[in-house]
Amino acid sequence: MNWEEDEERLLPSQRPEWSDVSPLPQDDGPNPVVPIAYKPEFAETMDYFRAVYRADERSPRALQLTHQAILLNPGNYTVWHFRRLILETLSKDLHQELDYVSKIAEKNSKNYQIWHHRRWLAEKLGPDAAGRELKFTEKILSGDAKNYHAWSHRQWVLQSLGGWDDELEYCHDLLEEDIFNNSAWNQRYFVITKSPLLGGLQAMRESEVKYTVAAILANPENESPWRYLRGLYKDDPKSWIHDPQVSTLCLKVLTSGGTNHVFALSTVLDLLSHGLQPSRELREAVDTLNPASSGLDSQENSSSTNDSLGNTICSVLEHADAMRVNYWRWRKSQLIV
Amino acid sequence: MGELAADKHVKYILAVEKRKDSFESAVLEHLRMNGAYWGLTTLDLLGKRDVVDSNEIIEWILKCQHESGGFAGNIGHDPHILYTLSAIQVLALFDKLNVLDVDKVSTYIAGLQNEDGSFSGDIWGEVDTRFSYIAICGLSILKCLDKINVERAVNYIISCRNVDGGFGCTPGGESHAGQIFCCVAALAITGALHYVDKDLLGWWLCERQVKSGGLNGRPEKLPDVCYSWWVLSSLTMIDRVHWISKEKLIKFILNCQDTENGGISDRPDDAVDIFHTYFGVAGLSLLEYPGVKPIDPAYALPVDVIDRIFFSK
Repeated sequence: MNWEEDEERLLPSQRPEWSDVSPLPQDDGPNPVVPIAYKPEFAETMDYFRAVYRADERSPRALQLTHQAILLNPGNYTVWHFRRLILETLSKDLHQELDYVSKIAEKNSKNYQIWHHRRWLAEKLGPDAAGRELKFTEKILSGDAKNYHAWSHRQWVLQSLGGWDDELEYCHDLLEEDIFNNSAWNQRYFVITKSPLLGGLQAMRESEVKYTVAAILANPENESPWRYLRGLYKDDPKSWIHDPQVSTLCLKVLTSGGTNHVFALSTVLDLLSHGLQPSRELREAVDTLNPASSGLDSQENSSSTNDSLGNTICSVLEHADAMRVNYWRWRKSQLIV
Repeated sequence: MGELAADKHVKYILAVEKRKDSFESAVLEHLRMNGAYWGLTTLDLLGKRDVVDSNEIIEWILKCQHESGGFAGNIGHDPHILYTLSAIQVLALFDKLNVLDVDKVSTYIAGLQNEDGSFSGDIWGEVDTRFSYIAICGLSILKCLDKINVERAVNYIISCRNVDGGFGCTPGGESHAGQIFCCVAALAITGALHYVDKDLLGWWLCERQVKSGGLNGRPEKLPDVCYSWWVLSSLTMIDRVHWISKEKLIKFILNCQDTENGGISDRPDDAVDIFHTYFGVAGLSLLEYPGVKPIDPAYALPVDVIDRIFFSK
């Protein structure tokens, strides 16, 4: 199908098949609040659309007209509605319609109407459509790996039509491309918690912790894996504070010599609030970061109690993450019980 | 720090409404109802509600209503919950809710609730927590919340809550500030805010503030003025708005203005539009910027309008 070819440029008034129809102009009401002047082609196409819409004409020529209207304005939801009605009435091949949507979506990947139309089609086609839909969202995500519509559609496909087999691998591929992709981390959590092919969160925890720790060590300033890590211990804070991998990770980040330790510090703070007994090394690592403790006797000024360790952490964060100083001050206030 | 060029923005909004020969306005024709809400609420927040002819607008709004009771984005379009809320909100601005057949509109909205408590946008069945908010906000303004199953509606919203404290469009959907606003506001209106972990969500929300002072909608995304509304209103509803740097955000929003021709854009030096103009001004309202009327963070309407609806007579 050649798209933007000459045939597409013929307006309805120039086509013999429309000679019997009187186009309906836009009705803006008696005293239009917002009279709009359109480009002539736009106006003419929409005038003819209104005519067939009003007449509820569900014919092949009307279908073609919706296509032209969509090309002009893919956001026009009424045109999409009417197109669906025509497709149903004419019992059109929905696989071909998927081809059609794929083309339109190329340049309009954030358009709600297109994604909903796609879902409507896939729902009608059933589980056989799963593979194709996963490929389609993959294509869109290859251009914009965080497209919210694409992810939402993909989650719906997996849950309604299936196709979970390669999803964890797919998340990994995307994270290899961009370890900061929060959508991919979210999808990973979606897979390990909902995939019928995996054992569920608890069963996956061991391997996922290893995976996440590696990601964090590579980029400790990356917000997503820190949240992901916490999520692996959902409803099980005891396991979280007792897993040596977690506190070891924090220690590594804090002693790495870099400056990206905000999330590591806030994680230690959370661990403390859930009852973690910090090691001496952890205390020392935090003290080293505290500008107030430099040059003083480490024994006298080390954070010898959990409260003062928490206090020190908040003090460090008030400076290291100054934008959120009020938040860290509040966290500090919560330490005095 | 710059200033809010309020007069320029008022002129911009009025000019957009009257613009001729604009292809842009042609492609936005189907969502004129939303545009009316954004433009008119902004005018109201800037103290200029009276510069428009409310009668003309109300006449046009009523022409957008369908037999089903729902409102379309414009004359000649199909009804949808999105435009139904905007219609209700604009009528509320002008204190003209009495022109509505409340039973008819509320029946339309209530009819869109599904078995699991979620809401569809229209007869075509798209489900999204945005529509949960719209239904709850609209019915609350019309004082018809009892027409839906509130418990199920709340349960559905909670099912969209994520481990990070945020909410997505559907269960398992990534936490996104826009969806969070919808869920938090819906829970606020139905008296169910106790289902929100305010400390956890508050932290997630204040982490949206980036170096420039602007707010993004998800980790590692660019800041955008519209999040000044969605993040800020959410923080306000859970009492944690002091966790962001207000001065830096104000500066960011003001930098997104076109001080020559009026209007606000998504980020500095981009093209302006009505959508971002509204969200920028609404954000400044929540930040208590002088010269901007206070806005209700859940209903997204000026506080005096909400007071009139709920506390008069």
